[in-house]
Amino acid sequence: MEASLSDAALVARCRTGDEGAWAELVNRFSRYVYAIATKGFGLRADDAEDVFQEVFARTYQHLDRLRDDEAIRPWIAQLTRRLSIDKIRAGSREQLSDDDVEPEGLDDTFDRLDDALVVREALGELSETCQEILDRFFARDESYQTIGEALEIPSGTIASRISRCLAKLREIFEGRNRAPEPS
Amino acid sequence: MTETFRHDEVTLAELLRALPPAPEGWVRAAQELPRSRRELDDIVARAVADEAFRLALIEDLERALRDVGYEPDSLPIEELKRRLGDS
Repeated sequence: MEASLSDAALVARCRTGDEGAWAELVNRFSRYVYAIATKGFGLRADDAEDVFQEVFARTYQHLDRLRDDEAIRPWIAQLTRRLSIDKIRAGSREQLSDDDVEPEGLDDTFDRLDDALVVREALGELSETCQEILDRFFARDESYQTIGEALEIPSGTIASRISRCLAKLREIFEGRNRAPEPS
Repeated sequence: MTETFRHDEVTLAELLRALPPAPEGWVRAAQELPRSRRELDDIVARAVADEAFRLALIEDLERALRDVGYEPDSLPIEELKRRLGDS
């Protein structure tokens, strides 16, 4: 049920102490935070884990102080950015400014990750099998054989299923952007 | 969020690749924050009320926690140390 809630509704549920809602909030943004720390800032696994846990600890702690519940995503993005910069600074012998620490093209990376979140959200509109196949193949980098075994599907059919599922995903976006028929 | 990307299959595939899952253990630890916070509050309250427990925590934190049924690996130990120092 929580998976279908808007970000704002989910934050509101978390604030009431709903632990299921909190688990969903972590689930919803875990890949995003992970990608900012590892792909955006290139943090090593142990540093990325510290940042990851600190982001969610502070999010949990500050839920009451959010000015706009719908803005949880940019808030988490900025927090991850800030904590990643602090982590890099803490590990350096030199005094570094934000500009020294931020990789070139970071804003583009953020835009791209925001787009990726939109695609993940749309993935939820596909059948469970399609969601699994696309996630396992593209995001988890699993082989046809692994996917076939996990989903009990002949591995020889995975490529065509990926193609069909991607086409369905494209149709979702095309449907969203199609102008309404004149009445 | 405004969509700024093309909706062809190649772009969609690239965007799916852009968000690999975080390690399961990290996600689980973050999801268990409400429980670990509750446990942290209980431990600090007990340490304030029970001097012997407080001294045991100072002497060997992890052992003292295990002795009363807590699993130290599932707790934010650094925060616990800080809070015990403050209390």
